[in-house]
Amino acid sequence: MKKLVRLSGLFLLLALLVSACGAPAPAPAEPPEGEAFRVAVVMPSAINDLAFSQSMYDALVRVQGEMGGPDAFEIVYSENMFVVDDAAAAIRDYATQGFDLVIAHGSQYGSSLQEIAPDFPETSFAWGTTVDTFGLPNVFAYEAASQEGGFVNGVLAATLSESNILGVVGPIETGDAKLSVDGFKAGAEATKPDIQVNVNYIGSFSDVALASEAATTHISAGADVLTGTAQMVVGAIGQAEEANVLWFGTQSNQASLAPSIVVASQVYHWEVVLRDMIAKIQAGTLGGEAFVINLANGGEVIEFNPESTVAAEAQTLAQETIQGIIDGSIQIPLP
Amino acid sequence: MAVKKAPRSDWTSRLIDALMPVFATLAALAVGAVMLFFLGANPLQAYRALWDGAFGSSNAFAETLVKATPLLLVALGICISFRGDVINIGGEGQMIVGAIAATWVGLTFTDWPGWVIIPLAMLIGFLGGAVWGGIPGFLKAYFNVNEILSTVMMNAIAVQLMNFLLRGPMIDPSQAELASKIPQTARLIEAFRLMRWAPTRLHVGILIAVILAILVYILLFRTTLGYRIRAVGQNPHASRYAGINVKRYIVLSLLLSGAFAGLAGAIQVYGVNYRMITDGSASGFTGSAGFNGIVAALFGQLHPIWSIPASILFGALLVGANSMQRIVQVPSALVIALNGLVVVFVVSSEFWRRRRQRRRLAAIREKEGESPPQAVEVKA
Amino acid sequence: MISDLFSMTVLIGILASGIRLATPYLYAAIGETFGQRSGVLNLGVEGQMLLGAFAAFYISLTTGSLWLGVLAAMIVGAVMGLAMAYVTVNLHAQQGISGIGFYLFGLGMSDLLFQKLLGTVETVRGFPRLSVPGLSDIPGLGEIFFSHNLLVYLAYLLVPAAWFILNKTTLGLKIRSVGENPDAADSLGVSVARIRYFTIILGGTLSGIAGASLSIALLNVFQQNMTSGLGFIAVALVYFGAWRPWGVLGGALLFSMINSLQLWIQVLGIPVPSDIAVMMPYILTILVLVASVSRVRAPSALTRPFEREA
Repeated sequence: MKKLVRLSGLFLLLALLVSACGAPAPAPAEPPEGEAFRVAVVMPSAINDLAFSQSMYDALVRVQGEMGGPDAFEIVYSENMFVVDDAAAAIRDYATQGFDLVIAHGSQYGSSLQEIAPDFPETSFAWGTTVDTFGLPNVFAYEAASQEGGFVNGVLAATLSESNILGVVGPIETGDAKLSVDGFKAGAEATKPDIQVNVNYIGSFSDVALASEAATTHISAGADVLTGTAQMVVGAIGQAEEANVLWFGTQSNQASLAPSIVVASQVYHWEVVLRDMIAKIQAGTLGGEAFVINLANGGEVIEFNPESTVAAEAQTLAQETIQGIIDGSIQIPLP
Repeated sequence: MAVKKAPRSDWTSRLIDALMPVFATLAALAVGAVMLFFLGANPLQAYRALWDGAFGSSNAFAETLVKATPLLLVALGICISFRGDVINIGGEGQMIVGAIAATWVGLTFTDWPGWVIIPLAMLIGFLGGAVWGGIPGFLKAYFNVNEILSTVMMNAIAVQLMNFLLRGPMIDPSQAELASKIPQTARLIEAFRLMRWAPTRLHVGILIAVILAILVYILLFRTTLGYRIRAVGQNPHASRYAGINVKRYIVLSLLLSGAFAGLAGAIQVYGVNYRMITDGSASGFTGSAGFNGIVAALFGQLHPIWSIPASILFGALLVGANSMQRIVQVPSALVIALNGLVVVFVVSSEFWRRRRQRRRLAAIREKEGESPPQAVEVKA
Repeated sequence: MISDLFSMTVLIGILASGIRLATPYLYAAIGETFGQRSGVLNLGVEGQMLLGAFAAFYISLTTGSLWLGVLAAMIVGAVMGLAMAYVTVNLHAQQGISGIGFYLFGLGMSDLLFQKLLGTVETVRGFPRLSVPGLSDIPGLGEIFFSHNLLVYLAYLLVPAAWFILNKTTLGLKIRSVGENPDAADSLGVSVARIRYFTIILGGTLSGIAGASLSIALLNVFQQNMTSGLGFIAVALVYFGAWRPWGVLGGALLFSMINSLQLWIQVLGIPVPSDIAVMMPYILTILVLVASVSRVRAPSALTRPFEREA
């Protein structure tokens, strides 16, 4: 009897799966009037990481709103594609499906794109953060001048610091993270030449516990203003809050995590470059150009936390610094 | 290992045994169907996408094989070490070190011909992995340092070593000048790349892996060396009395195991990516093949030949799941959880396979009225 | 700059942060010790921790009660343990591999629940620092030993408790005998299956608390894959401690303190590449074990499923 039950269960299962395999293929989501603009994006982390991937996803959603909703602007995504290989497969697959724009949102995807893009001359590709389009006519490149926002944060942090010691928590010492950290250092040093900026790279994008302990280390070493970049810093913000030291955010607005201590966040608004790209594609240019978001074009915005008590006094200084960077009177020295 | 000739009516029963991992995978997917349903996705549509993504076209199948290649190579190493009763969970680190060593060859001797460099790079990758696997083996044999501990630690060390080299000494010269400094090496020149079946990404690595599977089978079951590795694994005390240098075989099985993982890393560079790139984690480069290879080996019951279909099955699942994520837009987290279920179900299905095997042996005994050959329990 | 490393601030910092960082390792590794002592290797600790971390965070956030959060983490961990026990004890599944399966399941499932139930990274008001009147004010020592939250202290109380249970009680004797010689234990009337169920579920429960100690006591956030390999290190530390709770404590402290030391090395600007600094705890843990030349044997029945002789 028991055996019979088990057997029939197995058959039921098999039947289910066989029917699954035999089911008709899902009709690919065809645009209703053939007019919708279709974008696919491949991202290295989750779309809600409060950092790099979320900044792009949020921007796409905003562009979608401007362009008339999902019927006019279709977004599909592959998140957590940290395996370069899998990302390459996803990029190729999206290109095959005939998307208008395929975004490879991670500098590590570049060499895959370099290989794939020539096979799909009708499809436009974008990748970042970089300036390199490989000389291909259907590849756009984009990057964030994150040293600019980092610089502004650095100026503010140095001004607000009483101990003249600042702490930075970073993931690994490269790319966008390094750029904003270098900018932060430059800003702080330009404001107070004798300031000490301690930098800690924890060797991981995901180790929240170590990021938190890095923040504690900074605080023990006397830092009274902290900043950090990449998704694992959520652990560091908590420590900063507990010790009541100020925090400057990067990539996405992190004020929601600790409203009492976050002064300002450097936020990426990729829609600035997305709009340009889409306009170009609709006009028939599929690539060959490098875009940058910065303070001047509004792609990088210093968003102040309205609940912060010190934000008000910092705001004027920030405006001056931003103005200086835009008109060129402030040059950011990078190592 | 003398295989007792099975009665003729027995082959269907054996087929069911062999397909047990497939049944278990289907059962896990059935549970996954419930999860998909609650996420608001149509399970039928989702699994259709999974199937198409893995087998639906020649390109899809090519991708499955590309994914299966490093799995199979790592699995071969696992067959050796687990049979030697050494648990190697350092495949990730060994792949990385093998890849670093092989990449270094390809970037240094750029004016040499490809037919020299490719085999040389594979060899160096093999050796690199052997070193990274050999160290824990040596520490286990002579310092009683448990291999699970040392291989876990060696994985972390390899990742940081890769990050260090790719940011600094081995960085792509064109990146060194840019502000963004993407941590990657230069690309291998075309002459050094493994042959591909264009337009797919399928490369000769899969053939290398299959040939090596046969060689590992011969090594394990047809040579004294293999016999001794297995003997040490099954009973180290008896082996010591039989005059086998147990320590040497412990080092050797981890060393060989690491070597195959190292080769997997080298082949990933020469066949797929043509350069090393890091996102700061091990899996960014390895695609977790160092872990998943263990799963593949156990799907294949630690048998080199059975590891071939097992790796393809697991590779298909990984490739198909990614395609399912793209088409049905389910969170990638579901895909990971689903893989976990598949592993648990498949490893549990062993129970029924063994029970069927025992019953069959009992039936033979009854029929022939003699004592049956001892069922060889796979021990790991 | 190197001399800065020997200042009082740094020393206190390293010790205090080592004690904090060791907390999740202790819960998870002590739990794993029970399992391994009874002959079961559980590589799924990381998955149990992640699910525990999420359960604790979500329940604390929605109910406002931290203890309900801890309870939820324990229940989730225990259920994962129960499943692991069924698969390894009843179905004789290969232990290492089923652990990897449970790890993947926990990794994916915790992230999935996070995305569906929360959707974004939030913070929760976790266990506060507990200051002990008088003791916390002692300069130096106060910060090192008496500036932590309740879950940190409980982790350290767990060590002598585990030692006592394993070495001084009949239950401990049964656990050890099941791990050393299940056939003999069985013939003496000890139920191998029941003991193993007990230790695996206990291990899961403690892993759940390990997760909770991260999400509602030390970090007060939940993020996908927030444990980031910590569970695997915990398993490794069981080997470091040679299956003894005090040894596990030593390993957890050593690893955590070196990790904290490497953070200080970077903060003080000592010119070591960051990646090399990050490697330090891993290398030194191996080296210490090599230098100690331990001759302790693993429990003989570790990873072997038990089947009564027919």
